[in-house]
Amino acid sequence: MNALRALTLAEARMYVRDPSNAFFALAFPTVLLLALGLVMPGMREPLTDIPGMAHLRMIDVFVPVTMALAMGTVSLTTFPAVFGAYREKGVLRRLSTTPLPASRLLVAQVAVNVVALVAAVLLSLLAGALVLGIAAPSQPLLVVAVFVLGAVQMIALGCLLAALVPSSGSASGVGMLLYFPMLFFAGVWLPGPLMPESLARFSGFVPLGAASQALEAAWFGDGLPARQIVVMVVWTLVLVPLAARLFRWR
Amino acid sequence: MPARAMHAQAMPTPVIEVRNLRKTYGSTVAVDDVSLDVHRGEIFGILGPNGAGKTTTVECLTGLRTPDAGTVRVLGHDVQHHGAALRERVGCQLQHSELPGRLQVGEALDLYATFYEQPADGRALAEQLGLGGVLGQQFRTLSGGQKQRLSIALALIGNPEIAVLDELTTGLDPQARRDTWDLIEEIRDSGVTIVLVTHFMDEAQRLCDRLAVIDRGRVVATDTPTGLVARTQTTQLLRFRTAVPVPPGRVADLLRPLPTVDEVHETAEDVVVRGHRDVVVAALVTLAEHGITAVDVAAERGSLEDAFVLLTGTERLAPAAPSASRTGVLTEEIR
Repeated sequence: MNALRALTLAEARMYVRDPSNAFFALAFPTVLLLALGLVMPGMREPLTDIPGMAHLRMIDVFVPVTMALAMGTVSLTTFPAVFGAYREKGVLRRLSTTPLPASRLLVAQVAVNVVALVAAVLLSLLAGALVLGIAAPSQPLLVVAVFVLGAVQMIALGCLLAALVPSSGSASGVGMLLYFPMLFFAGVWLPGPLMPESLARFSGFVPLGAASQALEAAWFGDGLPARQIVVMVVWTLVLVPLAARLFRWR
Repeated sequence: MPARAMHAQAMPTPVIEVRNLRKTYGSTVAVDDVSLDVHRGEIFGILGPNGAGKTTTVECLTGLRTPDAGTVRVLGHDVQHHGAALRERVGCQLQHSELPGRLQVGEALDLYATFYEQPADGRALAEQLGLGGVLGQQFRTLSGGQKQRLSIALALIGNPEIAVLDELTTGLDPQARRDTWDLIEEIRDSGVTIVLVTHFMDEAQRLCDRLAVIDRGRVVATDTPTGLVARTQTTQLLRFRTAVPVPPGRVADLLRPLPTVDEVHETAEDVVVRGHRDVVVAALVTLAEHGITAVDVAAERGSLEDAFVLLTGTERLAPAAPSASRTGVLTEEIR
């Protein structure tokens, strides 16, 4: 069997064997969306006092936020932690003594995490549609495109963490330090329409904030979120070469 | 040219040639000047105290680190330029190098087999290493010995010509150590050249065909274990207490003039005499003549450990299992 394929399958098996991955990466977005929609009061009332959004409910506005949260969770928590642990335990050093280039491990891990991210998002959208009757996207193709771009820049950020963290402990430490502010700017506590203008403007320059805003525009609006798309492209162009340059394989 | 080729055939070039290797980390000199040759089919030991530069030497051998100076040729190729090709032919078992905790033994063997062009049969290897019963177990649930054996299996999964084994038996219980030694001999007998890094004297003495003693980043001797011991064979070590306290310096004053005594060292607890030939008898008789009775007398003959101490001038070794060649421990009172 091809070495990269074997490595990806092995990484995938280990991924699903780890219960923390199963919860945080796969189930968390769905759990959050359902908990907000079913438990929080007022979530399913129409947003009558927000201009242009009277046809929506608060829980609908949380859908793009949840998608952004899923990106952040995979790329900032589970993904870099694997590399921290591998570096700490000498797994990378061990791989470096085999004919397989250690960089293949990064390819395998990105593949596994992308599949996990797509599964997590599909699961949350399906649950949202069935249980909460969430609004359908107004520009579905743009939603997909913006989601892909957002995921790419966030995984690039995850790669930068993975490139540098010396241990699983430091991976979760640094990961959390980025994760919670990112969730804030993505609107987990103050979703798009409720976010003050100045804060929303700043959030649009933060990777996960830009992704959340772009997804919101694609889901509910009819225009192109050009500024947010440019921001995400720039982040990708900065982060990918930086991660590639800084990656320590041993 | 034909003459030269014939010569090369008669005198095979070493499979590993290290010349004047040097590696520093900042201001710390890890390897100062190491040169050594490893021949095909032998178990070559690299012996030295902790921090002597053994692991750095091995990391340069396997291309994990770039030397600051010197050359390392493995199987006739420069490690720095042909690293990828050499990794196909050299298997490694590294110190402090684990597998992902949730990877199963069988999966690890199957996975690592895909990295090589002509891998060994993973199942057969697992059976040979006594891992047949734990193929379905995750790495994190294995015992120390099982992890070590899996690590050896992975070093051999690529059908290597050379296997580098770093601190193979550290942390293993005595039975597991002996089993591992038998296994290493089997592997050597199957034609694999083995480089064994160790700080255990008994392991080096038992396993190695030849060994290099490294201290403070330099090779202080390269020889067979027997050859190294022979260099210090004449050394006898005598250790005793006096039955009743005698003034400090009295014993030393009596023994130092003896022709067979090289060195006398008195401590609060006991006296250690280093000498040669019949130093034990001479010392005890001299003491008896002066009315001093020696008790708890222990006489030791030169072992690899003594050779090591003599060569490196240190006693910085980690405590090893009792030396196999230590002989004649006398405890009865001698008059």
